[in-house]
Formats: sequence, C-alpha cells, structure tokens
Amino acid sequence: MNKNLRVKRGKIIDETYRISFQFNGKTYYGFQGDTLASALLANDVHLVARSFKYHRPRGIMTAGSEEPNAIVQLHDNSDRTEPNVRATEIEIYEGLVASSQNCWPTVNFDVGGINNFLSPLLPAGFYYKTFMWPASFWEKYEYFIRKSAGLGKSPTKPDPDVYEHRYIHCDVLIIGSGISGIIAAKISAKNGFKTLLVEEKPNLGGSTIYQNSDHFKINNQNSGSWLEKEINEIKKLKNLEIKTRTSVAAYHGYNFLLARENLTDHLPIEQRKDKTRHRLLKIRAKKVISATGSIERPMIFDNNDRPGILLSSSIKRYADLFGVACGEKNILFTNNDSAYETAISLIQKGINIEAIIDIREEVDSKLVYEVEKNNIKIFKGFTVTDTSGYKRINRISIMQLSKDGQKVIGSKINLFCDCLGISGGWTPAVHLFTQSGGKLKFRDEDQTFIPDNCPSDQLNIGACNGDLTLDEILSNVPQVLKNFLNIKNTEYANLDIISSTNKSKRNIWLLPSDKILGKTKSFVDFQNDATAKDIKLALREGFRSIEHVKRYTTTGMGTDQGKLGNMHALGIISETADAKMGELGTTTFRPPYTPLTFGTIVGRNVREFFDVFRKTPIHEWHTDNKAEFENVGQWKRAWYYPKNDEDMHQAVQRESKAARESAGILDASTLGKIDIQGTDASEFLNRVYTNAWSKLAVGKCRYGLMLNEDGMVYDDGVTTRLDENHYIMTTTTGGAANVMGKLEDYLQTEWPELDVYLTSVTDHFATISVCGPNSKKIISQVIPDLDCSDKNFPHMSFKNAKIGKINCRVMRISFTGEHSYEINIQANYGKSVWEKCMEAGNDYNITPYGTETMHLLRAEKGFIIVGQDTDATMTPIDLQMDWIVSKKKYDFIGKRSLYRSDTIREDRKQLVGLLTEDPNEVLEEGAQIVADISKSPIEMLGHITSSYYSPNLKKSIALGVVRGGKNMIGQKLMIPMENKNINVTVADPVFLDKENKRLNA
Amino acid sequence: MFIINCPFCGERDQSEFKAGGEAHIIRPKQPTELSDDEWAEYLFMRKNIKGVQFERWNHIHGCRKWFNLVRDTSNDEIKAVYKMDEKPPTY
Ligand SMILES: [Zn+2]
Repeated sequence: MNKNLRVKRGKIIDETYRISFQFNGKTYYGFQGDTLASALLANDVHLVARSFKYHRPRGIMTAGSEEPNAIVQLHDNSDRTEPNVRATEIEIYEGLVASSQNCWPTVNFDVGGINNFLSPLLPAGFYYKTFMWPASFWEKYEYFIRKSAGLGKSPTKPDPDVYEHRYIHCDVLIIGSGISGIIAAKISAKNGFKTLLVEEKPNLGGSTIYQNSDHFKINNQNSGSWLEKEINEIKKLKNLEIKTRTSVAAYHGYNFLLARENLTDHLPIEQRKDKTRHRLLKIRAKKVISATGSIERPMIFDNNDRPGILLSSSIKRYADLFGVACGEKNILFTNNDSAYETAISLIQKGINIEAIIDIREEVDSKLVYEVEKNNIKIFKGFTVTDTSGYKRINRISIMQLSKDGQKVIGSKINLFCDCLGISGGWTPAVHLFTQSGGKLKFRDEDQTFIPDNCPSDQLNIGACNGDLTLDEILSNVPQVLKNFLNIKNTEYANLDIISSTNKSKRNIWLLPSDKILGKTKSFVDFQNDATAKDIKLALREGFRSIEHVKRYTTTGMGTDQGKLGNMHALGIISETADAKMGELGTTTFRPPYTPLTFGTIVGRNVREFFDVFRKTPIHEWHTDNKAEFENVGQWKRAWYYPKNDEDMHQAVQRESKAARESAGILDASTLGKIDIQGTDASEFLNRVYTNAWSKLAVGKCRYGLMLNEDGMVYDDGVTTRLDENHYIMTTTTGGAANVMGKLEDYLQTEWPELDVYLTSVTDHFATISVCGPNSKKIISQVIPDLDCSDKNFPHMSFKNAKIGKINCRVMRISFTGEHSYEINIQANYGKSVWEKCMEAGNDYNITPYGTETMHLLRAEKGFIIVGQDTDATMTPIDLQMDWIVSKKKYDFIGKRSLYRSDTIREDRKQLVGLLTEDPNEVLEEGAQIVADISKSPIEMLGHITSSYYSPNLKKSIALGVVRGGKNMIGQKLMIPMENKNINVTVADPVFLDKENKRLNA
Repeated sequence: MFIINCPFCGERDQSEFKAGGEAHIIRPKQPTELSDDEWAEYLFMRKNIKGVQFERWNHIHGCRKWFNLVRDTSNDEIKAVYKMDEKPPTY
C-alpha cells in the first residue's frame, strides 16, 4: 500500500470527487483538481522517469511547464497516444493511463542505467565524436540508441481529434494571471480596452493566490484573499475575455501571437466526443502586457538530480494548492528568502521540516526569524556537497562554505531526508519578450536578465520584468500601466502593503564540493543530462560562443528549452572563461514556448483540406470514366484513362494513336486565360511577347513566347484577337497566376500610361480540345451552324458560335500538330458539351486523352513545355526558336538580354532532338548526356528533358539540352546509365510532319 | 508578421501581400542603347540594407495594387506607405 501524503485541504482540490488513473500499469487515486504530478506525489511516487543519456532515476522536479524530468506518454484505449506530456501540466481525469518514457524495460529496472556507470565514457560531444565515424557503424548503434532514447512513441494511426484555428483581435492582451496580470486586466478592461487575459494553468492567480501568511498583506488582508476578491471582480467585467489552460507559444513581430487553448485534455474521455481538442488562437493585439512571472532556479551541486529533489517553490505549490506533502522528512536548500516562504507554508500545514541549509551567512529577514521561532535548524553559510539514494533521495552531505564561496571547509555533516527543496533564486520568464525581438539587459544585484527595449508596443510587468517581491510589484505595476495605457488614475495608488521578503541573495553558479569536478555529477540541464563538467570540458576544448557550447553539450536543447538551468550554464561559462554575463548574451529562445502537437498547428487543414485542389468543370466525367489524375499546380488533371487492365504506357500508346489516326479529346480547362481589353492592348502585347502583334487581324490567333527581363523563357501560349481592342491570352496551367501578376506589375509600375485592363478568366471557361483527322466532322456535328471549311475557318483563327442557345468561342489551334479545335464555353456547360462531343465522336472512335498523351503528341512535333524542356536558363535562341523573336521591334521584355555577352555564347545548352540507336530503348528523363567517357572526370554536356516511345513513329524519341547542340545534328552522343551506356544521335527536335501537313488534313 | 497599411484598402495582415523587391528601379526607356554593364546594373544589382529600405509590395490577395513602403529592416518597423505615383518620403 502506498503512503498517503495528502495533508489539509488544498486550495483547488475537490476531495468529494475521487478519480482513478493508471501510471506504469498500477492504479492510483487522486482528486478533481490534481495534476498527474500532484496525484503521484500524494501517493508518494517520485520516481517517474529515466534521464536521457545516463538513464538515471528522475523524479518530479517542478509544478509547471518548466518541468524537465516528469515527461510521460499518455495512452487511451482508442488510437490516441501522446508522447512528451508534462506530468506537472496534465490534469488527471477518469481513465487516464500514463507511462514513463525513457526507460526499458521499466522505470524501476532500466538497462540503460548502465550508462550512469559508463559515464566517464559519455562526455560532452560524445554523440558527435563517436557516431560520426565510421559512418557504416551508425546502423549498429542506431538500434540501441533509438531503443533507449527518451523521446516517447509517436502515434501510428491518424489523429482522431479535431483541432481548429481562431483569429482574435483585441486592444490589450495580457499574458499570465498572477497578481500583476490580474491588476493589469482590471485596469485595462475598466478603462474601456477590449482585453484578453490568457493563463496557461487551469486556475487564475499565479503563486499569490495561495499565499496565506501574515508576512504578505495588502490592505490588511493576506495577499491571497485580496487577490481572490480582485479575481471575482474582474470576472464580471464586460470588456474582458479570460482564457485559462491557454499558453502562448509564439510572440512574433507586430504583436502577432499564437496561443494554444486546451479545451478537452482535462475531461474524462467519454466527455470529449465531438468536441474540439485544442484551438490555436492567432492573436493580433494592439498592445501586449506580459506578466509571465519567473521560474525558480535550481542549485548546482553533486548529484542534484535524484528523485525527491524539487524546486522549493514547487513544494510550496504542492502543499498549498493541492494539499500534498512531497516528503515526510523535508530539507530546504537555498541562497535566498524564497525557501523560507515554503517553510512557513509547510509549518502551517503541519509538514515536517528537518533543516534548512542556507549558503548565506547572516540574513536580517522576518521570514528567517519566523522559521527560527519554530525551532527549525538552519545551517547558515553551509552548502550541500552530495546526496545519496538511488531511486529516492535519502541523505545529504553538507559542509561549511569558505568566506569567498570558492571551497568547502570543516567537516562533513550527513542529514537524512526523503525530500530536498532547492532554491537558487528567480529567473524572469523573458522567453516571449525575446521572441518578439526584445533585447535584455543584465542586472548584477541578483544576476538576472531583464527586459530592456523592444520594437513592438508591449509592456513587461511583475516578476518577468524583474520585480520579484510583492511590494515592488504593487508599487511599480499600477504606475507603469498608467503610462502604457495612457490613463490618469488607477485604484491601486494607495495600497497598504506588508511584504517581508529580504532581497539578499548569495549567488554561486556552481557550488564547491570536497570532490574534484571530474568526480561529480552536477546537473545543469536535467532533461539532456548536461553537467557542469560537460560545460567546462566544452570550454576547454575551445568552444567560446554560448550558442556553440549549447549545441556541443546539448544544454538547453530539450523539450523544456533548458528553462531551469540555462542561467547556470551561462554563469559557469562566464566564470570559467572570465567573461562578463551581460556581454556573453543568452541563447535564443525560439517558439514554441511549450511544445505544440502537430494537430494544433495544422488545425482543420487535414485530409481533403490539407491542400485544397482545383477541379475542372469536366472533372466528374473524368472520375466516372476511371481517369488517373496528375497534380499540376493546384489542379487535378486527367493523366490517362486506363481501359481494362492497361498500365500507363499501354493507355498512352492507345490514346496517342487514336488522336493521330481518328480523333482525340482533351480537357484543357486548366490553361490560364487572361482577358485583355483597352485601346493599347496591341501595344501591350508587343511589349510583353517576343514577336509582333500589331498586325494580327481580328479573328486570328497567334502563338507567343514571353521572356523574363533576363531573356529567359517565362511562359508561352496562344493569344486570340477577339476584337479591335479585345484579346484573350492563354498561359500554361502552372504559370497562370504568375503571368497575371507579372503583366499587372508592368502595367501598374512601368507603363501606367497604357490603356489596358486585365481580368483573369481561367475559371470562367471550360476548354475542350478535339483533335485528329476526324475532328472537323465531330465539331460540325456539335456546332452545325459553324462553317468548318478551311477557307472560312483556317488554322490559327477563331469564330464565335452557339451550341444550342449558349455562346461559345471556337479556336482552330493545335498543340498536337493535328487538325484541331478548341471550344471555350461558359464553365457550367463544360461537362454537357464534352458529352456532346463524345456522342458525336462515337462513330470515329473519339478517345479521351490525358496530360501524358498530350505531352507525347507535342514531343513528336518538337513543341516545348515551359518548365519541362526549359528551366530559367533557356533563351528562345537556346530553344532554336529564333523565328519567334522579332528583329524589328524596338523593345520587348527581355530583348536587351538576348545579346548580353553570356546569352550569345555559342556553347550554351541548346534544345535538340535525340534518337536512340535501338529504337525500342526509351531514355530516362533527367539522364545526363556525354560525348566521351574515356576521360575522367566525364564532361557532362546536358540532360534529357522529355522522352517517350512514339507509337506513331514506332520508335523512341527524346528532347534534351546539349551544350552547343544546335551545331551537332547527326553527331553521336552517349547516355551513361547504371548498367549500360546508351548510344544516341542528335537530331532535329521536330520528329513528325515537319511540313505541318496534318494541320489541314 | 507585419500589418501593412495598403494605400487603397487600409491595414491588412502581411499574408495578403507579396514583396516585390527594391523600389524606384526604373526600367530604362531605351534598353538597346545600353552597354552590357549598364543593362546588368538595372537587371541584377539590388541593395540589401540593414536599416531604412524602400520596397515594392503588392496587395496580391486584396486589391492587387502595387505600392511602395519604407521599412527599417533592423526592426521591421514600417515607416511609410505611398502609392506608385507619389513622391517617396525622405529618411
Ligand atoms: Zn489593397
């Protein structure tokens, strides 16, 4: 049977509501209001984890988000399991099942514990030094490292929970609900500011709310009761929204903050159904007030990590708030007055204190006198030099400190205990402040970094600003708030305050011991097992920058970001390297302040909402007809339509043969379409395309190539002159938005004098392309009124037409080299017109084809695809498309770049056709092209950009870029592959119908 | 994440905008008259200032208008926003 360490009623514990939970397979009981940590401590369970590197037994060390040790895995009987949950934060609920993470096979017997005895072999940088070499050994190490590493297990099934994001805009955001935050919230809301108060814990009031001592009074009430009344008042304020269980994860520029609101993690599993689990709040605040408090520092001495060693303030919190004694024989070890506040709380609750070790020699403090009055032995000027007890502390050794604090003197005294509270003073929680771009300054008196200045409209108040005592807070906070919020008075001007803390502190970063440093384990970062010795070793090995020491020793790199020990690491570096703390700087605190689950980050953007895709108006027909789809930008495009058991190759061969022999039909709706109007439309096209446009007659179409100002091909497509001052431009599917943006840019910024208006109409039209020798018959049947004779409707022209009563535009343009038509019709008629075409083409074996066949057909004709056959280094000249570059035009985008010294080089990579010696050998796209493999290194001449087996030519064809390729037609080159070298001949890139006879067939 | 005061729409979140590089680089009226070096100066050379910088921005997910702004790159403070045809303020 476990001991029951529950003492008098804790402030937030409901003893009428008992909750059972499991930890490491054993059932325990706690009460409503408990955290997992408080409930375990009430059951006298301290050993909850094994440390990361040495697998040393570790216990609960804190009572908040700074916890380095008590990191557990949560399970429930469904698909949920969550690693890296802090036992100090998770509230217990009926059915909670948790287990220790970093132990194998169990926390009580752990194989990795042997690392503790091998620790001389595991110095700082051990992982870097050992596992880097030889590389092949990694496989062998990895198994054991992974198995014994303490990172928890990721869930293997999809997350069943629902998460969401919410935007909040407020005048004033207040982070933290300690006494400073509550005062700020009241002043802000009462003065008409729309105020949001967020608190990471379930209850408001910080550490003052459970302060119940005559030594801390406000207006003659003890500070806890005073604050409780304030909280009850602010809850009634209309302007104030309060969110508990909400922790700010990130503080970005312009007062943009991310916070996680935890909505269900404290509820019994069955009550969570259909509820949102976490909500990521995206907060824009006009003003931010940080009241994030401070974090107690540990003390750094030999074996300072045993289960049963806690921060002194956490012992007080467990006693006052949860009614839990962390031990029956408690000893406190301190360098400041805080431990005496803990002692007074324990005395009030009747919890036994064996002794207090205070490294200060004489202190004139009311708190100390009060404790002394209770006959508690105080060892002044002493330090703890060692502890013992493997799975729970059972004894400490203390010795007297020399006057300078550098060594220990006199004889050793052993004291027995089962719990040791340590207090090394306080570190303002400036993490969010620095995230926001704030700069810190160092305060020598108590060796702390406090906020200095920052770019955003924010204020730091209370302990996070370095005001660590009640009187400092109450005299400073209302004053600075008045200025910050620009208001005249606050109700806190004349408070009657009793605050008994003596601020004196004796700061020694690394406490001396009777042993040499090499024989000690004085932990600085508990989660990552970094010791004082490791830090000194890093300095000895030449590391100087704090960021380098951090990475080398892994200090501060755990999930807790070293919230406890970072200052000591800095202190030890400063002392060892003889550098000033203020000049060393701190490591960077990066978001998130506390870890977020992926679910919270992605919110609703999962499954079909992960990356929303665009569908053409004909999409449904493609799915009904079993098309396979390809992603092109955000579009889903039909890729090919397999029949029976066809694979892609078979389907594509069939589709492309049909398109050339009879008729094919393609959904081209994804092509970008820009409507261009205005009296200067022709002039505008002249400037953006490489060829001339002024003379294009109304009703005619023209292919255009668009360059970047650097002369490289940017996009291409056919543009049609619909009317005198009206054009419709098509762009590539992937380039549509960028082309639109680029054209707008030039119109607005370079040529504002042009009368031109651009409208993106991509989504407004469905585009159906029908090609092949029988396409004319099919179109004539679909649009009987349209005269499709070559005379009336020649290649590269356009007609307005009607299908039924619906207007449409028909272009005679071709991307396949076949006689072909493109119908553009209002999008919602797209599917029915497609079906009409299919019906009309029934007698001609009309064959729907997808993007793969489209690519093959155009490759046979040597038509480029921008982005496949080009990258951002190809000029039109490189593509052997000189014919489209106007010599006459004075200027167009990119013209000047076409005769820069670099672009006129003869040996640039140029687009050519490639034919394999064996006509059945299909080259791999991306494969390298070489001429000579006898010399090493082999000179790479270029690479394959497009490659297919052409069923129409009955041979393999490829396009590629080859250095100086234009002048190499007929020359033999080689494609070196893994198992063979493939011989190829450089050819003209147009493989089929060089005379373009098929266009009018 | 900035809040940008679009001269046409007012204050909006940065996610609605697209940055367009250094402002006040004017495309030469007669590119063909320029030497390679002069053209390269226009084409490639851009400042990257720690301090006050003049930038082009586009309200791409809003009014789609281009405009200029003045930003201190050391602390991201936006000091001024002005239309394309307006005179730049002095800093
Ligand atoms: Zn706008």
